[in-house]
Amino acid sequence: MDASSGNRGGEGSASDAPMVKNSLGRMVPTLWKGKSYEPYRDPWSRAPAVDRGTRPLVRRNPWESKVLKSLREAIERCDLRDGMTISTHHHLRNGDRLLNLLVQECEAMGLKNLTVASSSVHPVNAEIIPCIRNGTITRCETGVNGLIGELASKGELDFPIVVRSHGGRARSILAGDVPVDAAFIAAPCCDETGNLNGAQGPSACGSLGYAHTDARYARKVVAVTDHLVPYPASPVSISQSDVDFVVPIDSLGDSQKIVSTTTRVTRDPAGLLIAKHAAEVIEAAGLLRNGFSFQTGSGGTSLAVAENVRNRMRELGIKGSFGCGGITGYFVDMLEEGLFHTLFDVQCFDLKAVQSFGRNIMHREISADLYANPFNRGCVVNQLDCVILGATEVDLDFNVNVNTESNGYLLHNTGGHCDTAAGARLAIVVAPSIRGRLPIIRDSVTTVTTPGETVDVIVTERGIAVAPRHQELAKELARRRLPVKEIRQLHEETTALTGKPRPIPFTDNIIALIEYRDGSIIDVVRQVQE
Amino acid sequence: MNGSYPLGRRDRLRRSMLYVPGNMPAMLQNIPVFEADGVMIDLEDAVPLGEKDAARTLAANFLQTLGGRDKEIFVRINGLDTKYARDDLREILPARPDGIRLPKADHREVVEKLDTLLTEAEENLKLPIGWFKIIPSIESAIGVLNCIEVAQASDRIVALAFGAEDYTASLEIERTKEGTELFNARTRIVWAAKAAGLQAIDSVFSDVNDVEGLRRETMLVKGLGFTGKSLVNPRQIETVHDVFRPRQEEIDNALEIMEAIKKAREMGTGVISLRGRMVDAPVVKRAARILRTAVAFGMIEYELSDEVIHGRE
Repeated sequence: MDASSGNRGGEGSASDAPMVKNSLGRMVPTLWKGKSYEPYRDPWSRAPAVDRGTRPLVRRNPWESKVLKSLREAIERCDLRDGMTISTHHHLRNGDRLLNLLVQECEAMGLKNLTVASSSVHPVNAEIIPCIRNGTITRCETGVNGLIGELASKGELDFPIVVRSHGGRARSILAGDVPVDAAFIAAPCCDETGNLNGAQGPSACGSLGYAHTDARYARKVVAVTDHLVPYPASPVSISQSDVDFVVPIDSLGDSQKIVSTTTRVTRDPAGLLIAKHAAEVIEAAGLLRNGFSFQTGSGGTSLAVAENVRNRMRELGIKGSFGCGGITGYFVDMLEEGLFHTLFDVQCFDLKAVQSFGRNIMHREISADLYANPFNRGCVVNQLDCVILGATEVDLDFNVNVNTESNGYLLHNTGGHCDTAAGARLAIVVAPSIRGRLPIIRDSVTTVTTPGETVDVIVTERGIAVAPRHQELAKELARRRLPVKEIRQLHEETTALTGKPRPIPFTDNIIALIEYRDGSIIDVVRQVQE
Repeated sequence: MNGSYPLGRRDRLRRSMLYVPGNMPAMLQNIPVFEADGVMIDLEDAVPLGEKDAARTLAANFLQTLGGRDKEIFVRINGLDTKYARDDLREILPARPDGIRLPKADHREVVEKLDTLLTEAEENLKLPIGWFKIIPSIESAIGVLNCIEVAQASDRIVALAFGAEDYTASLEIERTKEGTELFNARTRIVWAAKAAGLQAIDSVFSDVNDVEGLRRETMLVKGLGFTGKSLVNPRQIETVHDVFRPRQEEIDNALEIMEAIKKAREMGTGVISLRGRMVDAPVVKRAARILRTAVAFGMIEYELSDEVIHGRE
């Protein structure tokens, strides 16, 4: 406890942080937990004049072995010390064991005050909570899913969190904002020199897109594998030239939970109606033509949109260019059917995607940097025609929240939400107008994940709201007899049914920053007043 | 059969009549959302005996709070021979549904009884007499035998509905997806309806996941003369509408007919020849129905004039 008690949250943290209002009217700190930040201004202009990060040269001679006996030995060889930063990737998702093992080993070695800069943290990682309480890890440079966020929101964990998008995380590492001292890369298939891939082995998860940045920029890189194969592990996803050490362990995690998302088209009639309308919006926007590029998430409604789009592409004889982001079996089918030329895969969402990844030459692995980093001379999302996004709340300015739930708890990481919204020509949010008796559209969202400046259309089962800057699209939708409504009207209609939700009472204590993809602070998450 | 009711009452599109269980708030709340031509809030079979009171109150409150209506709302009450029917009517009618779907309309007298009750309610509620419509449901062997009389039992009737599940039960036979066992009953119901100037609404197709089966059955009943179908799930609306969607050449032809009859009316006649084919009242009525359907599908924009369709008195 001693190491972390110095920056314990509570009353003090709000008052010692100089707060400013960002362009969305959110009060954000310029200094928080010892680091300085800029307030968010707009989605397009921030461009710090700095060099891209670097790492030390390492000479490796032919007789030197990289294979180590244990995680402990790797931690020692990385020269990990108090206050340093470690990272893992989240491709094993809720089956991940590595982050837990790593943090627990650090605890056993008496390390303190470490920062976790993994690409995400999942509910399974709640195992590390005791190591937060005892000061082994005291800062979190990544968004979190599940219990850790809930406890932080209740003020029961002192674990300052900076939530970042996929592109924003890659940017933070490249730009040197979050220097990683040692990256521990779960490697489903690896050889003794550190060539590794995610396509083979008992923990196969497909693309390793989130780990590439760590492999290129961390001071030390450790490949941890449960499937050590004779040289060379091939195909090579992350290469021997980037890896310092290799640690074989029994198991990287629970393979049943690695590909856990059930990716199935929704059967809910309201969800299907939303999907139908969303597909019609894409067509009305003139995007369904040869070369169409597309991204959806793995939710049931998103997949239903993909299904509608697929049918329409077939009918019209359209050949798309690429699908990207997290890849599902639906996109694999579209690739194999010739509806897309290429899949750019940062993360496989289901088993079918994993299998395709090992089989289809045009199913390409891309890094989170290439996928979505705004500061790298051009990322893939900039080429996207359309992205389908979810929301827990949307407000009258089209700002979207996906981080906090209706109880105010920080429960979800951002993913590629704000990256794809900014990159795509048409960012469509699909959501039921009412969820759990609460209206989706609010006067003002609890937390801004994605600024309304980058969100184009909201589709609910009660109507379609088009951002005011797209008058032509709104007219075209009306011409096609789609139920276009002003967002205020949708808001009034749904709150007439649900009543106005009581505001969530928050304390002043900031438990997390929401960092926009460009590194500026778009919002904060405060402790909930219980 | 234009009777004393405003024109269009019986010509209104009723391709898709969606059942919504009266005891489920989450589903009632979505009534304005789906594009069915009409809904039937069910107080009968979908509602367990223990929830009859609650469903009735919920449905009535829902109707009262529902703002602008973009579709017809019928309520399927419990059979008039049950102890629930009177309470159903007493609570529901003040909330002004568009009409009542009457189950087990086996005899003319059942409809007449309901007609009387509705008239009483209209007097109490100070509504014009004839405000509430009736859709009798033919759902037994005796109902099929009597449907011709039933169809003519009240001027409130806008359509006859067929209830195939109860019908096959009354015959002690299986209902198949091919529906050969329903052929005679369906035909008779269409006769009865058409003879009385009514629409005919076919039974539900229960297998929600069998889209092709629903399409086949809808095409079959459309061919027999049915004008719509009862539905159990909003997911079925699109398929049914698609089957009832007029073809472009039908629309073009109907537009020509309307132009021709308009000229005829201007010349003071109700009959005219269009490229060697005679255009008269039945042809015009059918053309009007096609155009009305096409407008509902958003396929054309067209304003139908009763004067052109029916002529001036």
